[in-house]
Amino acid sequence: MDLRKLKKLIDLVEESGIAELEITEGEEKVRISRSTPSMQISAPPAVTYPPQPAPAAIASPPATVTPATAAGEILPQGHMVKSPMVGTFYRSSAPGSNVFVEVGQTVKEGDTLCIIEAMKLLNEIESDKSGVIKAVLVENGQPVEYGEPLFVIE
Amino acid sequence: MFEKILIANRGEIALRIQRACREMGIKTVAVHSQADAEAKYVKLADESVCIGPAPSAQSYLNIPAIISAAEVTDAEAIHPGYGFLSENADFAERVEKSGFVFIGPRPETIRLMGDKVSAKNAMKKAGVPCVPGSEGGLPESVDEIKAIARAIGYPIIIKAAAGGGGRGMRVVHTEAALSNAVIITRNEAQAAFGNPTVYAEKYLENPRHIEFQVLADEHRNAIYLGERDCSTQRRHQKIIEEAPALGISPRLRDRMGTRCVDACKRIGYRGVGTFEFLFEKNEFYFIEMNTRLQVEHTITEAITGIDLVQAQIRVAAGEKLTLRQRDIVLKGHAIECRIAAEDPYKFTPSAGRITQYHAPGGPGIRVDSHVYHNYFVPPYYDSMIGKIIAYGDNRDQAIARMRIALSEMVIEGIKTNTPLHLDLLSDAAFLNGGTSIHYLEQKLANHNSNSG
Repeated sequence: MDLRKLKKLIDLVEESGIAELEITEGEEKVRISRSTPSMQISAPPAVTYPPQPAPAAIASPPATVTPATAAGEILPQGHMVKSPMVGTFYRSSAPGSNVFVEVGQTVKEGDTLCIIEAMKLLNEIESDKSGVIKAVLVENGQPVEYGEPLFVIE
Repeated sequence: MFEKILIANRGEIALRIQRACREMGIKTVAVHSQADAEAKYVKLADESVCIGPAPSAQSYLNIPAIISAAEVTDAEAIHPGYGFLSENADFAERVEKSGFVFIGPRPETIRLMGDKVSAKNAMKKAGVPCVPGSEGGLPESVDEIKAIARAIGYPIIIKAAAGGGGRGMRVVHTEAALSNAVIITRNEAQAAFGNPTVYAEKYLENPRHIEFQVLADEHRNAIYLGERDCSTQRRHQKIIEEAPALGISPRLRDRMGTRCVDACKRIGYRGVGTFEFLFEKNEFYFIEMNTRLQVEHTITEAITGIDLVQAQIRVAAGEKLTLRQRDIVLKGHAIECRIAAEDPYKFTPSAGRITQYHAPGGPGIRVDSHVYHNYFVPPYYDSMIGKIIAYGDNRDQAIARMRIALSEMVIEGIKTNTPLHLDLLSDAAFLNGGTSIHYLEQKLANHNSNSG
């Protein structure tokens, strides 16, 4: 699904006032819902627009710009496991060994999903939810920041 | 020269550092908490890394996160700005051990000057006059403490050795109050700084706060760049600063400046630094040294024409200082007003969205601020949202230009201390110049009792 089409769908949702729109095209599925302001698009670390404020809130949550999957597709729905630290993301405990988890794999809360290397220390990142891995959002060896989405679990 | 610098700070100083880097063709990495994801300098940086949630302890004070961010972005150097980790010797050491350049002095120097007792001793050895006081930390024995206090002469002030920046201090006027004051200050010091050591100094009744700016390279070259008067303070926090200081003759300036430069060379200082003094009855008394860039570096830049942040970066990259003392010529007068998001007289913080913003301008006006129209001032950090610097041929012109600039400036949606600044800029004593560090608090006390 290309970005132009996606933008048209987003405009459609905004203009029409419908709460939620879900479209399935073959293997690809998109769900756009009005309640959450964050949109899942791939974006370079360039300009992001300021978030729309909740009127009385002092602490307004930041708009999260979440990257697409490695294949450049739109994210599936589910619980997002986010990075608790800054570092480099690795899918296995050592180069050449098996990855911790694959898409489609069932995981329990507490299972190791990946390693994030920070300051020469390898940190095992555990799942905070049980379910099925729906997507791996970061590539092996990619730098990640605090709060960056890593996995989608349903 | 560095190709990439990580800016380990936020707010107006992060933008300031970024501007210096961009001018020098150096790429910038902006680290930020989740609360600062929409900051101007984050958007302008070549790369940005979110290092933690809003609370400083988990973000801007989070050493592993910052160093990790430098690793993943391949930064070469880290600029700590002011506040946060800028005077944390452990941070400086870990930065260097991790293979990055810390833009500042060596960790040993930060440690030496961070302990106010050892700093004073180092300065005494270097021939810098200090405030008369205890020769080191206060002993345990109450009788000994009393004897020390009597030798200094009341009133005295008890200070935390690991404190500084106006924190961890208590004035004692009589011997009866001494023992309690020492106990309380020790407890506060332990809680706030992890070190209960306290020392005593003579409390000067009506001093001015005058500080000297220095710049030193790794090759034992050092110069001073004049002085600044920062007497307009409330609870030891500076509100207005100006350069040069009124009434300091060129001879006196050169004598003090040279002493500071000699002290720098003695301790192997590197980078920018500030020697803070209390000035009373034409005498200077050293109180502490700040081993970092200061908020008010701007007014020194205005009267000397030197870009201090660029100088810092060059020195950190190992360059030799090309400036000689005779190249530093002070011209004109500069004033800085720190604009804070707070009630001008109650000083309660005022976070929130800036619904209307218009910056001042015109000849001699410099605006150092990261805020913009619709920017959300987060409640988690220091309330300073920017600085206005006014430069003129003389003090009167600088003051006139500042008044005009403040009257043009629009910041709506939050409260700011602009009304307090305007009040001071038309205050007779302030206009006369040379007011002491107690002046503002006395003025505020009168204001509150009049309006109460």
